Amino acid sequence: MADGLTPSQTIGPFYWGTLVSSYRADLAPLGVAGERIELALTLRDAEGAIISDGLLEIWQANSHGRYNHPEDRRNLPLDAGFEGFGRASTDATGTARFATVRPGPVPWPHGGMQGGGLQAPHINVSVFARGVLNRLATRLYFDGDPALAGDPVLKLVDPARRGTLLAKRDAEGVWCLPIHIGGAHETVFFDG
Amino acid sequence: MSEPLGERIVVHGRVLDEDGKPVPKALVEIWQCNAAGRYHHPGDQHDAPLDPNFYGGGRARADDEGAYQFVTIKPGAYPWKNHHNAWRPAHIHFSLFGPAFATRLITQMYFPNDPLLAFDPIYNSVPEGARSRLQASFDLEATRPEWALAYRFDIVLRGRNAIPMEDEHG
Repeated sequence: MADGLTPSQTIGPFYWGTLVSSYRADLAPLGVAGERIELALTLRDAEGAIISDGLLEIWQANSHGRYNHPEDRRNLPLDAGFEGFGRASTDATGTARFATVRPGPVPWPHGGMQGGGLQAPHINVSVFARGVLNRLATRLYFDGDPALAGDPVLKLVDPARRGTLLAKRDAEGVWCLPIHIGGAHETVFFDG
Repeated sequence: MSEPLGERIVVHGRVLDEDGKPVPKALVEIWQCNAAGRYHHPGDQHDAPLDPNFYGGGRARADDEGAYQFVTIKPGAYPWKNHHNAWRPAHIHFSLFGPAFATRLITQMYFPNDPLLAFDPIYNSVPEGARSRLQASFDLEATRPEWALAYRFDIVLRGRNAIPMEDEHG
C-alpha cells in the first residue's frame, strides 16, 4: 500500500439507504442518443454461490464515445441527461440490472502506450460486497463486437480469460455478464 | 422530527490526493448505525432500539479546498456474530469519488482509543502500519462549546493515472 493512502474497507451489508436509494439504475432517459440496452450483471462468490447484497456501479462514455467528465474535452457531443454513472445492488438472484445506451469507442488515454488507437466500446464496472476488503474493478465488453480484436486492454488479458469480460445477449436481448469473485471462473479484475 | 438520541459529534476533514493536494468538490457519502448500535436497515436484526429520528445516512460535497463536514451522533458498537462474542468497534462508513474511476474508495472511520479495535478482523485486515489512517483524531479546536465534540478524519485517495493492468486478483 502506497504511503499515506487511506486504506479500503468492506462495504458491509447496510449501505442500501444511503448509496442506492438516491441513484438511478436507468442511466438513459428518453431523448438520450444511442442504442438503448439493458444489462444484467450477476455476482457470485468463489464457490459459485449468489451474492444477493452486493453493490455494482457502472461508468461509461455516451454513444458518441465521450465521457461526461470535465477532463474529457474532446470535440464530441455531450448528451443532456446522460451522466454515464449508475448504481444498483444485487437482488435475491444475485443480479443487478441497468438500462443505458451502448457506449461509443474511446481513445486509449495514455498517449498510445499500447500502440494508440481506440478502445472497443466498454462499460467500467466496480464491485463491492460484504467481506470483500477492496473494490474490484472490471469491464464489460460486448460479445461479437468487431472492435474487440483491436482493444489495447483486452490484449493485456490472457486469451483464455477474455471471455469473463464479454457480456452475451440473452433471448430477451438483455446483455448478461456473470461476475465471479474468485473460483475457477474468476472474472478478470484490473488495478483501477 | 426531533433530534436523534446520542452524543452529537462533528466529523470533518479534507479529501486529498496522494500528493497532498485537495480534491475539490469530492462527493462524500456516509452511513452508520444509531447510538444504540442498530442500523436503519431491514437486514439488521440486532436486539437494540431503532431511533425514529435517526436514519443514519448523509451526503455532502467537499468545498474547493477538499474540506467536508458532517454533524451526526456517535454510533454505538454492535455484535455481528462473525465469531464468538464479536463486536464491531464504533465506525462510520465512508464512500468517496475522486477525479477518476480508479480513485473510487469505500472505507470505514473509527474513533481513537476504542478498545474493540484490537479484536476487530475488519479493522485488522489492513496492514498494521496503515491502520491508524482509519482512525479519526479528537479535534478540540473544532468542537462546538456547550453543543458537540468533534473528530477529524482526512482521506487520501490514490492517483488518477493508474493504468488498467490486471491486479493480483486477476
